[in-house]
Amino acid sequence: MPNMRGDAMRGLAVFISDIRNCKSREAELRRINKELTNIRQRFRADKTLDGYQKKKYVCKLLFIFLLGHDIDFGYMEAVNLLSSNKYTEKQIGYLFISVIMNSSSDMKQLIIQNIRNDIQSRNPIFINLALQCVANIGDREMATAFTNDIPRLLVSGDTIDPVKQSAALCLLKLHRTSPESLQLNTEWTARIIHLLNDQHLGVATAAVSLIDALVKRSPDEYKGCVNLAVSRLSRIVTSSYTDFQDYTYYFVPAPWLCVKLLRLLENYPPPEDPSIRSRLNECLDTILNKAQEPLKSKKVQHSNARNAVLFEAINLIIHMDCESSLLVRACNQLGQFLQNRETNLRYLALESMCLLAASEFSHEAVKKHQETVINALKSERDVSVRQRAVDLLYAMCDRSNAEDIVQEMLTYLETADYTIREEMVLKIAILSEKYAVDYKWYLDIMLKLIRIAGDFVSEEVWYRVIQVVVNRADVQSYAAKIAFEALQAPACHENMIKVAGYILGEYGNLIALDPRSTPMVQFELLHTKYHLCSPTTRSLILSTYMKFINLFPEIKMHIQEILRHDSNYRSSDVEIQQRATEYLRLSEICSPTVLATVLEIMPPYPEKQSPLLVRLKQKKPLMEADTSSELSTAPIAQSGDGPKLTDTAMHLHQQQQQNGLLVSLDTTESNGHYETSASSSLPSSLSSSSAALQTNKKFLFKNSDIIFENDILQIGIKGEPKKSVLHVEFYYGNKTNFNLTNLSASISLADELDPELRIHMEPVQTTLDPRAQIKQVGTIECLKDYRDLPKMSLSFFYSNVPQKIDFVLPVYLNKFIEKAEMDSNNYFLRWRNLDKPDQECQKIFPAKFPMSHDVCAQKLEGFGWSNLHNIDVNADNFCGAGIFHTSAQQVGCLYRLEPNKQAKMYRLTIRASKAGVASHLAELLEDQF
Amino acid sequence: MIQFILLFSRQGKLRLQKWYTSQTDKSKKKITREIIAAVLSRKPKMSSFLEWKDLKIVYKRYASLYFCCAIEQDDNELLTLETIHRYVELLDKYFGSVCELDIIFNFEKAYFIFDEFILGGEIQETSKKSVLKAVNDQDVIQEVETPQGLIDEY
Repeated sequence: MPNMRGDAMRGLAVFISDIRNCKSREAELRRINKELTNIRQRFRADKTLDGYQKKKYVCKLLFIFLLGHDIDFGYMEAVNLLSSNKYTEKQIGYLFISVIMNSSSDMKQLIIQNIRNDIQSRNPIFINLALQCVANIGDREMATAFTNDIPRLLVSGDTIDPVKQSAALCLLKLHRTSPESLQLNTEWTARIIHLLNDQHLGVATAAVSLIDALVKRSPDEYKGCVNLAVSRLSRIVTSSYTDFQDYTYYFVPAPWLCVKLLRLLENYPPPEDPSIRSRLNECLDTILNKAQEPLKSKKVQHSNARNAVLFEAINLIIHMDCESSLLVRACNQLGQFLQNRETNLRYLALESMCLLAASEFSHEAVKKHQETVINALKSERDVSVRQRAVDLLYAMCDRSNAEDIVQEMLTYLETADYTIREEMVLKIAILSEKYAVDYKWYLDIMLKLIRIAGDFVSEEVWYRVIQVVVNRADVQSYAAKIAFEALQAPACHENMIKVAGYILGEYGNLIALDPRSTPMVQFELLHTKYHLCSPTTRSLILSTYMKFINLFPEIKMHIQEILRHDSNYRSSDVEIQQRATEYLRLSEICSPTVLATVLEIMPPYPEKQSPLLVRLKQKKPLMEADTSSELSTAPIAQSGDGPKLTDTAMHLHQQQQQNGLLVSLDTTESNGHYETSASSSLPSSLSSSSAALQTNKKFLFKNSDIIFENDILQIGIKGEPKKSVLHVEFYYGNKTNFNLTNLSASISLADELDPELRIHMEPVQTTLDPRAQIKQVGTIECLKDYRDLPKMSLSFFYSNVPQKIDFVLPVYLNKFIEKAEMDSNNYFLRWRNLDKPDQECQKIFPAKFPMSHDVCAQKLEGFGWSNLHNIDVNADNFCGAGIFHTSAQQVGCLYRLEPNKQAKMYRLTIRASKAGVASHLAELLEDQF
Repeated sequence: MIQFILLFSRQGKLRLQKWYTSQTDKSKKKITREIIAAVLSRKPKMSSFLEWKDLKIVYKRYASLYFCCAIEQDDNELLTLETIHRYVELLDKYFGSVCELDIIFNFEKAYFIFDEFILGGEIQETSKKSVLKAVNDQDVIQEVETPQGLIDEY
């Protein structure tokens, strides 16, 4: 057994040794269970257990927990330890609750009371224990409970330094968990800022982190920190390392403080005051100079600490983006790192250079390192470093080097790691399109891309190729030619077949005069691939054949033969069967002129942002923010004669949803006559209809929606809220050509005995004529708040077969919310009054849709409550109020929605006067933005 | 901000965990499993950083133990390596040539050192002397408080 420090709880050490000596997992488990039984007995039987014993057993429980077992007792004993006047017992108590207890604990109030006692004690080591516990757990209740005590400790003159340090970071934690519960007196602002100047470097180090967060909350209030931060930074970087004693780390003066100060300054634009600004520039200059000095130690700690400061300084230089000399120096420094033998430095240099490439001042300087970066791509052994090299090549690419870079990336792609291939494919596709001077080059690259990395070509990529071809008449015959050539390869990737199939269907005629690619040759070549393809691709090829009938009437017979073939005409795949049947029929009954209209070539797509960029952003939400914004401002179409860029992907995607095809050549938009598709096919007779169960959340924001639809029936709902009563209308539409009989509808509640809703519906007409719609009216009254939605059951006979449909009725709680208008005083008054824990719910969630202010506003208003202006100081945030009506009571609801565009996240806080309502409303809205 | 710190052995056994954001026990276990697997599969000469979801993992091996720190996108990787190193130095000085066993048998001390050095995911005190003084003071109190000659069984 190794030596134990301090008093050593021998029983604990023995237990740990026992566990370590266990030969098997089972033996370990037995030993643990034995111990748990023992402890449980001790806790239960021995009321006089002394503090030391309690501490020891709590510690054992902690150890068992850390081994990965659940601990479901001992909480009370741990909390008891908090009130011990022995430091070590207290300490173990705090450790236990910090490590094990989750926020749901019902002993929360007891814990908070103990913490309060310790904070108010005059004993600094007790205060510190309590503060550390708050910093470790830091939930909302604590934020509310200590909103006064802790700030006071921070700014008070009597507080000793270690307590100040803990208090600063404790506040930071509470600020992070619950910014609105933490109200800092503005009189303290100046005193908090002045902690930057504190003699004690530890206090300053802790305080900068807090100030950084407060600055993000109210930049104007704290802007005085810029001056102080610059002067503190300047004193550190210009002094000798011997000045800071224990705060010098391997010859680098106070690196942690330096880095935090530099990051603090990144919150603001470059200082306007010329003297502060030049002082800051001197600091940055000095840091860059020091990086050139010979190392003072061979230890990696020395160079790491020095370079940590350097990289942070470079980040600040990039953030200020105005001093071209600094930017170029930074770039040269990073260039040196690209050749460093430390992998870490090469990795970070590549990463930082990506940012420099986006600045107009340093873009050219970055380009000088192209060769080195390409070499990194070829020779780095660490895939994450290669990944950074790809990112940098992408960022530094412009018209002058695009051909080289795209070529290098293509070459690398053949041997690239599987994990990064898809992203590389996207990047190559974007660059080659963006910088294409000659679209023949673009097409060559794209087909090569599909050839060497077909599996990694996402749908967007090949959709895009087709968009470009459709929109550029000058490359269509070239496209047909190379697509035809690509098909001649003995093994073709399926994505290649799709692209080639589509292109030949549209433009095969442009190469048909060449004896090597006559219509028959084209058709036969494509058909050699047909049987090897998946059903979706075969569906696409069938469409191509149909297009061939129009382009090349002379091979119509051959194609009809294929369509008629059992493997298509009677294919087990519904889509193929349907296409074969319909195309065949179409080719038989339509005159050539009708066919020519129906099968006209695709019109150009409307111009929009490339879906590839959207896709790339989805893949790397954080890394690409800068480069992609640069891309969207430098549009791909350089002039009017550029490619008409579009969103085929989305366009096609809609198609796909409409009729289940991957890509249909016959879009309803391009030829309105052509409406033979899934919707008209007869519903197969089912005993129980395929209940496409939708819990449609559209009805959250609107008062009418389609709530159910299948091949037979469509059901719509319309609601008109009046306080606690919702007047509803259901519309039943018969989509078939037959009567629906014995129709009956009923609504059931989750809890019939104790209903939350009172539903009254007028009886519905029992027969529904073909293609007709009937209406049913009724009311739904809200008796109290509810979670479970009512269910609707519908039964009827369709061609004498009984059908039953069950679905959830999307009558959400918010339908009973009436909007409330108020001014900001009123709003905040009410907000503060709703401060009990179960009155509030907060959710933080990533943005699901593009973050548009208007769309959010529309949704919030559609949700029923008000969208109040001039309440929140930040105009990007939303605040509002509403009254949730039940027949028994009215529940006031307030909300605040804070979008964070950088992080692409939202924070939604709802407070409601009745317990549980806030959390329910928050659940409804979570993920709707 | 540091999101969490994990210490685990080359065999993948978790020795210490410190979480600075609230997570359910279930997700802690899941994250731990994934990170250990990811870090153990790294080869020598690779960088000490890896991207994991929207976090960056910075890790370093000391003898048989991996020290692994999850930080946010805009945090400083190199400095995090030195944060790890400083913690190792603190353990080393406190225990006197620290080894894995010290951390297993004195896990509570390892936690106490954390709380003096890092609080709420941010560095609070970088001076080795100050941190060690705080922890040693605790030991002195402990000795005073502990009853002597107590027969201690489990």
